[in-house]
Amino acid sequence: MSHPSQNAEREPLIHLSKRSGIHPAKAWGIRLAALALGLITCGLIAFLLSEKLRSDPKLIEKFYTAFYRASFGRGKIASDPYRKTWDFLQYSALLLCIALALTPAFRMRFWNIGAEGQTLIGMLGASAVNFYLGGKIPEWLLLILMLFAAVLAGAVWGVIPALFKARWGTNETLFTLMMNYVAMFLTAYLIKKWQPMGSGTLAFANGKLPALINNYLLIILVSVALAAAMFVYLRYSKHGYEINVVGESERTAQYVGISVKKVIIRTMLLSGMLCGLTGFLFAGLNQNITRDSIGGRGFTAIIVAWLAKFNPLVMILMAALVLLLQKGAGQISQDLNVQKTAMPDVIVGVILFFIIGCEFFINYQVHFRGRGQKREEAVK
Amino acid sequence: MSGFMNYLVDSLAFGATFIYGSTGEILTEKAGHLNLGIPGIMCMGGAGGAWIMYLIGSSALPPFLIVLLGTLAALLFGALTGAIYSFLTITLRANQNVTGLALTIFGEGMMKVILDGSKLTNKAYLVQPVSYFHWPFAGRNDSLQLIGPLFFLAIIIAVLSSWVLMRTKVGLHLRAVGENPATADAAGINVTGYKYAATCIGSGIAGLGGFYYIVDYMGNNEAYLDIPSLGWLSIALVIFALWRPVLAIVGSTVFGFLFSLSSLIKISTATQPLMQMLPYVVTILVLIVTSIRNKRENQPPSSLGLSYFREDR
Repeated sequence: MSHPSQNAEREPLIHLSKRSGIHPAKAWGIRLAALALGLITCGLIAFLLSEKLRSDPKLIEKFYTAFYRASFGRGKIASDPYRKTWDFLQYSALLLCIALALTPAFRMRFWNIGAEGQTLIGMLGASAVNFYLGGKIPEWLLLILMLFAAVLAGAVWGVIPALFKARWGTNETLFTLMMNYVAMFLTAYLIKKWQPMGSGTLAFANGKLPALINNYLLIILVSVALAAAMFVYLRYSKHGYEINVVGESERTAQYVGISVKKVIIRTMLLSGMLCGLTGFLFAGLNQNITRDSIGGRGFTAIIVAWLAKFNPLVMILMAALVLLLQKGAGQISQDLNVQKTAMPDVIVGVILFFIIGCEFFINYQVHFRGRGQKREEAVK
Repeated sequence: MSGFMNYLVDSLAFGATFIYGSTGEILTEKAGHLNLGIPGIMCMGGAGGAWIMYLIGSSALPPFLIVLLGTLAALLFGALTGAIYSFLTITLRANQNVTGLALTIFGEGMMKVILDGSKLTNKAYLVQPVSYFHWPFAGRNDSLQLIGPLFFLAIIIAVLSSWVLMRTKVGLHLRAVGENPATADAAGINVTGYKYAATCIGSGIAGLGGFYYIVDYMGNNEAYLDIPSLGWLSIALVIFALWRPVLAIVGSTVFGFLFSLSSLIKISTATQPLMQMLPYVVTILVLIVTSIRNKRENQPPSSLGLSYFREDR
């Protein structure tokens, strides 16, 4: 260190290196810090957009309690005070189901962004059965047939891109994206065909999901069971192992004798089937169908799956977190009198930027020039 | 003009929205970044431009300047939104699909907040300067009146992008970055710089598409609601155009044609959704056919969707 100034010039100001591992507590600390920063930024944006907030800055308190109130607050209806919480849990569960359906495909590095379409087509399959057979056969048989149709339809929708990927290497991201819109317009077409004079919403009298204590619990239990099953499937089964190997390196998979094509097709079949199952849950819950029934949840689920690093158990938490944000954001736009349907998207979008961005600080170590030198000197 | 010609010109004018969107996306993808945020970026560009035109629309500025400033604002808003995506995916190396989707959620919401707020009522974002969008055919009563400076700008941008990509050194470098960033880096090309420039410029161009559709082609208060679906279609068009901006002009016209085919031939409204499905089905077919033929020059850039970190092995 004879010429420290010269040495400093040669070293870049910022140097990045990949972390070999990070303590889980530190990783979660970074994520929480990102979440907090995101929330603060959202507060600032709300301040810019809402005149009501600017004239009465004390309302900012409402902004931050909204997240709690929207999901856990007591409702006004005396007979059902916990409605908000149940509602929150139910929609988290549905989001979780789609995210879980995507997980095996993502683990395999198969970018299935067609969950929206696969879920909708499952819902369409269930609705078709309901339309033609509803009221003509016993309710339990109808539900079973609906489930069957939904799973089948989802599987078909999922496996088509997989077949082409396996045979010709067709880009799956773009293929599955396009399939979403084909599903959407197919649904619109059939709804119009079934009900030519309708408004685009087809409602059913039959095919309601059976209540388990209350109307919400069944879906919640299904989703948690699915998360556990998916965890076991990926961690302890031969299939799960094969999926991981294909995801890590297709060449390694070929070398050890795994048929990559077979794994791709089988996994997408599973992914599509689970999306179809979720579609059935939607059909049985809403008892109606429109072309927008899934409402972008298929896309949100991609974010959920990714946030959980494709770990089914962490995914439970992430689905709840994303829904907490969405519901809270909805409450905020109501409280602050800003555009109601769109403001939640802005808030969720901004917070996602922060959560997505913070992964960088978990995966990489940032070294600054000055500090590195001090450390070197300290070592000496 | 005959009915068919009229319709064809209308498809051309409508298609300009896609030309902007897909040319922007092509530039981004050539740098190796699959930007699923394009719908959101088009929303932001459209909203930004319309908002600026609303702010200065009734001022004493000459109408020409108002139109120009609106256009520049759209470009800027698009580019700034693209900068968010760039920072996250290039510098922070975040997953491109997830970032793009988040950006689309954000952009769509932001647009609705800006344009649907009770502040921007009626009078549209422009009344007086609108004729400047339709020069030189203003006043005609057929669809030729829809052809204006912003339409020509779309064609110019597409042709220019094609030329830059295929015939200049800058284009060669950009393609190298998208195909194999490590090799490009070793050859002394500033990978990060190219990625940032391509993504931000591409986003600016896409932003113009949203602006064009809202204030020029449609010119009404409801138009902005269509932008997200047009954005997704623009991404589809990139595949259809085989990553060539000039082909995107042809493709855009075809898409414009297909998109509103149902209004030309008097079919029952029942089959309308099937017509709307056509562009997506055609795109899937093109995707399949190109992957089967497996010609090298028709494939997506090889590093599409992957982040680049120099010290990775």
